Amino acid sequence: MSRFRSQLRTELELVARNGEQLLLTLGIPVLLLVFFSLVDVLPTGTDDPVDFLAPGVLALAVMSTSMVSLGIGTGFERSYHVLKRLGATPLGRGRLIAAKIAAVAVVELVQFAILVPVAYALGWSPASTNWPAAIGAVLLGTLAFAGIGLAFAGRLRGELNLAALNGLYLVMLLLGGMVIPFGELPSALRAVAHALPSGALADVLRDTLGGNGTAVLTSWLVLAGWALVAPVVAAVVFRWD
Amino acid sequence: MAAVEVNGLTVRYGDVTAVNDISFTAEAGHITAVLGPNGAGKTSTIEVCEGYRRAAAGSVRVLGLDPATQQRRLSERMGVMLQEGGVYPSARVLSTVRHYCTLYGKGADADALVQQVGLADRRTATWRRLSGGEKQRLSLALALAARPDVAFLDEPTSGVDVNGRDTIRELVRGLALDGCAVVLATHELDEAERLADRVVIFDGGQVIADGTLSELRRGHDEIRFRSSPTLDTVALATSIGMVASRVGHDEYVIDAPPHPRLMAQLTGWLADHGHPLTDLRAGAQRLEDVFRRLTADRPDPDDES
Repeated sequence: MSRFRSQLRTELELVARNGEQLLLTLGIPVLLLVFFSLVDVLPTGTDDPVDFLAPGVLALAVMSTSMVSLGIGTGFERSYHVLKRLGATPLGRGRLIAAKIAAVAVVELVQFAILVPVAYALGWSPASTNWPAAIGAVLLGTLAFAGIGLAFAGRLRGELNLAALNGLYLVMLLLGGMVIPFGELPSALRAVAHALPSGALADVLRDTLGGNGTAVLTSWLVLAGWALVAPVVAAVVFRWD
Repeated sequence: MAAVEVNGLTVRYGDVTAVNDISFTAEAGHITAVLGPNGAGKTSTIEVCEGYRRAAAGSVRVLGLDPATQQRRLSERMGVMLQEGGVYPSARVLSTVRHYCTLYGKGADADALVQQVGLADRRTATWRRLSGGEKQRLSLALALAARPDVAFLDEPTSGVDVNGRDTIRELVRGLALDGCAVVLATHELDEAERLADRVVIFDGGQVIADGTLSELRRGHDEIRFRSSPTLDTVALATSIGMVASRVGHDEYVIDAPPHPRLMAQLTGWLADHGHPLTDLRAGAQRLEDVFRRLTADRPDPDDES
């Protein structure tokens, strides 16, 4: 247990010391939530934009941490032979992965502990909330995004991985129903958006935290599918060095 | 039983054979240098011993364990120093060493290790801020955190300044004195000459020599000296009865043991003919010369058909 704790502490220290990751995991979600809640320029279709934005930004926070931050960090660790060196210690790969997942969970808790009160402070008043279902969706989303991030990290060079994951982040942010409603997308893109894990998670969170989902059953199935397939793909393609 | 036993090891990358049917051993309490030029197969061999890489053929036992299937048990007793990297760039020196001390769980004192490798004044610096030599010393500290029974050190003094090299050599010798089997991969012959009890020379994926330094040098004494670049080697050879070969601008070699009579004849001839003697070295060949001789004797694989 002490080895796992030591690795978890190291992972969290590195996240806390990395300004770019803090900007990505906390700065951008808070900024988007606050700005677009106060400046009503998005076609959210709700009386108060924060009612649309809050669940979407929570989904964005999950994606930022479990896909982009985890993927980029792990990719560079592979390039710098950190994973190779740790693989020669009694830590073992199982504990290493467990520590990384636990670090993602801790960061997500911090994100939610900041974003949810900020949303309420901005006037978020969901008609209904089902937090257990929302937490289940976050767990599935974390698995799905972590699988995607680790698949990229385990295959691409550090810099290429960085560019690819940042590009994917932007695509999923724009098409994922997080800040732009699905209804505003062209019909061809709408189908793609619903098939993405970002779209599925945003839709499910919007349903569990406000009752405003659009294709909820489909979104749950899409999310579960990504949560199942992406980690398996990551395990198959991942190279430790 | 030797701490490291490699028998008939072959390593392939696709169609390329990096290591071809090699065998050697490394004993506890000894420093075994694995020598060879870049691409000779040293790192591939060590990676198989560490459990990172699978062998295409042959067997490897480290501390009686199979690294391919018992890597977890082996890792508890094994210190590793990679050729480069291995540490989070934003990780700080002391916290990294503490982390590894916890991972190995052998009770090593992180503060003492940092002091031992000469990084006490850099304990709060991050990896990316360290010089090349400091990075190597930190990597060595992480290997020492294992309190290892076997240590694989890949190019430990590469890019390290003179003082740093002395520190690393002292620590590596200390490891061996404590009973650890040290396997040191290097392409720096001088490094091996200073540290190793036993030398395994690789070339082209094969072991071309294996023995103690004195075994490898045996029968290959020479007299090497520097003098005038215009020295008449034919006249010198006629006078002393031995062939003198020019091997550099003003450097000459006589392949013979340094018998006092021969030394007197050589220095007398130089004095009689008004030539200076700017450098004189006599006795066993340097490891570099042994290496050159061994690799020069090898047939070019491209010529084999």
